[in-house]
Formats: sequence, C-alpha cells, structure tokens
Amino acid sequence: MNILNALFKTSLGKKVIMAITGLVLVGFVIGHLVGNLQIFSPPEKINAYAHLLQSLGPVLWVIRAFLLLMVGLHIWSAIALVLENKAARGAKGYANQKTLRASFASRTMKWSGLIVLAFIIYHILHFTTKQAYGPELFMVNLDGEMVPDVHTMMVLGFQDPLVSIFYLVAIGLLTLHLSHGLSSMFQSLGLRTRAWAGCLNKVSLAVCILYFLGNAAIVGACFSGFVKVQNENFQASSGELCTPNCQVCETRLASNN
Amino acid sequence: MNVKLRVWRQKNSETEGRFENYEAKNLNPNMSFLEMMDVVNEDLTDAGEEPIAFAHDCREGICGTCSCMIDGKPHGPEHGVATCQTYMRSFKDGDTITVEPFRATAFPIVKDLVTDRAAFDKIQQAGGFITVRTGAAPDANSIPIGKEIADLAMDAAACIGCGACVAACKNASAMLFVSAKAGQLNLLPQGQPEKDRRVLSMVAAMDEAGFGNCTNQYECSAACPKMISEEFISKLNRDFVGATVRNAVKAKAL
Repeated sequence: MNILNALFKTSLGKKVIMAITGLVLVGFVIGHLVGNLQIFSPPEKINAYAHLLQSLGPVLWVIRAFLLLMVGLHIWSAIALVLENKAARGAKGYANQKTLRASFASRTMKWSGLIVLAFIIYHILHFTTKQAYGPELFMVNLDGEMVPDVHTMMVLGFQDPLVSIFYLVAIGLLTLHLSHGLSSMFQSLGLRTRAWAGCLNKVSLAVCILYFLGNAAIVGACFSGFVKVQNENFQASSGELCTPNCQVCETRLASNN
Repeated sequence: MNVKLRVWRQKNSETEGRFENYEAKNLNPNMSFLEMMDVVNEDLTDAGEEPIAFAHDCREGICGTCSCMIDGKPHGPEHGVATCQTYMRSFKDGDTITVEPFRATAFPIVKDLVTDRAAFDKIQQAGGFITVRTGAAPDANSIPIGKEIADLAMDAAACIGCGACVAACKNASAMLFVSAKAGQLNLLPQGQPEKDRRVLSMVAAMDEAGFGNCTNQYECSAACPKMISEEFISKLNRDFVGATVRNAVKAKAL
C-alpha cells in the first residue's frame, strides 16, 4: 500500500490528514494573532507589516493556495469521517447512551468547526476583500509610499458592537475547537503518551486561553477606544482635530467661496 | 429489592425490535446482573413466554462474552467490571433499568441482547498472532524483557474482546480493541517479525468490518472492563504511520 493510498483510504490515514492540516492551521492562526497584536504598536508597524504581506505578489498566492488546500483537506477528512461514523453505529442508535469522559469541546467539534468556517468567510469579506467593510479605506504615507491604512481599518472595523460580538463569539468557538484539536492531533499522530499526556493537556489549555485573550484584547482595545484611529485624514473628517479658534476650516471655506 | 426493566426484544436479525417492560421482584442485592436476568427468565418461562436472550459464559469477568448496554453504559454503572460482575446493589430499589444490545453495524444483532462479534475474530485472524517454532517448550525467560515493557504488554493483553469499546464509542470505533491486540504483540520481541504487517492488516480488517473512526474522546477506555488505556491507540497510530512509511520505501523482491 503506498503512502497516498494509506492517507486517503484508511481510517487512520484520514485522521493523520486531519491532524497535519490542523497543525498547519493552528500555526497559521497563532502567526495571524501575533501579526495582529502589532495593533498595540504605533500604526506604522502594522501598516508596514500589511504592506510587506501584500507586496509578496505571487508568493502570497502560493501561501493562500496552500492554506486553502489545508482547509479543504481538513473539511474533507471531517466529512468523510463523520459519514463513516454514522454508518458504523447503524440505523438503529441507542435509546440511552451516557457520556463517560468525552469533553464538551470534543462533542461539538462539528458545530464549532462549521460556525468558525462561516466566520472565516465573513472575516475575509470584511478585511481582505473588504466587501463587508462599511467605512472607506484610508491611505497613509509610509516612507514616501501611499499604502492602505490597516491600523485605521481595524480600529474602525471593530467600532460596530455587532461585528465585535461576532468576532468574540467566533474566536471563542475556535478556541473551543482548538482545546480538543490541539491535544487530539498528537494522539492521531501517535505522539501522545501517558508520560506527558497531562502536560500536553495543560499546555494546550494554556495556548487556548492565551489565544483567546490575545484576540479578545485586539477587539476590546479597538472597540473601547483604547487603541485610537491615528490617521490624520480620518481625524480631520470626524472633527477630532478641531480646537477652539482654529482657522483651518474657515480658511478652506473662504477659499472655496 | 425490586426493579423495573426496559429490555430490547428482537426475534432475529431480520425483524424489527422494540422495548418491552418487565418487573424483577424480590431480588437479593448481592445477585449479579445476570442472575437477576436469570430470575426474570425463569418467570418468563413459567408464564410460557420466550425468555430474554443474552450472551454469557464464564461469569467471572474474563471471557468477554457478556455484553449489554445497561442504562447507557456498556456493562453497567460500575467502573472496570463486566456485566457479569455488576451486582444489583449498584442499583436502587424501584429503579427502571434500560437494557440494550451493543449497537454497531459490525456487530449485527442475533437475538434480543445477543450480538455477533465475529468481526473481532476477523481482525485477530488478520494479524493478532506471532510466528513460533514448534517443538519443545522454550526455556522460561530465555528472551529478556524489561519489567516496564512486560507490564505494559500485560495491560494490553488484559483485553477480553467484549466489544464495550465499540459500544461506548460515539462512532462505534474498534480502535481500543485493535490497539490492545496489536499493541501487546508489538511491544514484545516475539512480536517484532510481523509488526508492520500486523498493524497494516489489522487496521485494514477493522476498516473492512465497518467500524467507525477514533475521535479521541476516550469513551472506550472509560467503558473498558479491563481499564485499558487509550495510550495504546496512540501507539497503534504511531506504529501505523511507521509501518506505512517503511512499507513504502523498503526493498522489495523483483
């Protein structure tokens, strides 16, 4: 049996696909969080980071295609496994079955996964393609080059309480998903042993808590005004820069007349 | 003590089954669950009705014949015992106890609470053995084996093949059984010659029998009357990955 056959045809192989794609995606979401935490630095930092990613050109598309493939395989293996599992129990289920030790997270992987998928689609429309983005996108001068002001886009994006709540709920569900997935992937790859199973559970719980808090901090800071818009064009249009006895607008009005 | 029973009755694999209600009266709390079933069957026989069919043999927790989903848990409410070692003192007077057969496509119902668990035999035949030389018995301890390894192999070998792991699993997966049967041999020097072939064949037989997939919830381990650890599942996964890679790259005869 060759390796591809073993991966895609056997029950254990599909679990290996689930684990490895899950590992890649966990790496991505943690990297994504670390990148976004730059919102707490001066705006130039995250704008330069976003510009760097955008300027990767074809490489960016290779990375995107790879991530999409990982998501696709993760979902494919989930569907294939669920269908097999349903068939394995048979048409007639139990009238009464107790849960003995399965965690809440492990029993709701399907639902947390589906809602997170819906969130990812919204998130891409929100911040990547900007189809679901309300306020206009401001540009900012970065070392003599005009680049999109991602800092302002994020702060404004989280001003809507409904959007912020949806982000928090989705991040919460992703954290729940990871709380089972993180230790589960080690089991599926055969790397979980009794000697460090307890340690693994604690580490994965700690990673989950930190992951949630990190994301919640970004949403909370933008929503609460702890992180403010620092784009001068936006500040001027919203009247934030107005001071008593300022002549700027009068001069402008006068020059227009 | 008295209990009410809600028992799955099914004439054979072709007919539809249904729950029937029975009453078991004047029970001694120190009767085993199966002895209580014997009492109910005596009454049914006296009344000219068909007794409830349930699987049993040794009645001392080592043969793996007794099964039954009792109140939603294989082998009843206690931990680390088979149905035959479950006593009526584990229930309260007046309780209604739901008794169902193990449910899995790979374990078709033969009658009432009896299921055909021959799928486990097929998995065993696929690789649950070692090659031994025939002739006189070898000297004891002629192959040195560390105590930790011997203990671990013995833990896996405690599997009685009852099928509680499949019954408890939300996916009717047989991973705990297969991992225990493959693991006990893969751990020991005697099991090394066929190790890779064993893992690949037993997993293939498991998939072919129509068992589900492991979701790493470890319900199997919690329901196992021999308390076999889910660690053996991890070991089976590890051995499977290793066997697949080695099998793909190993030298082959023309």
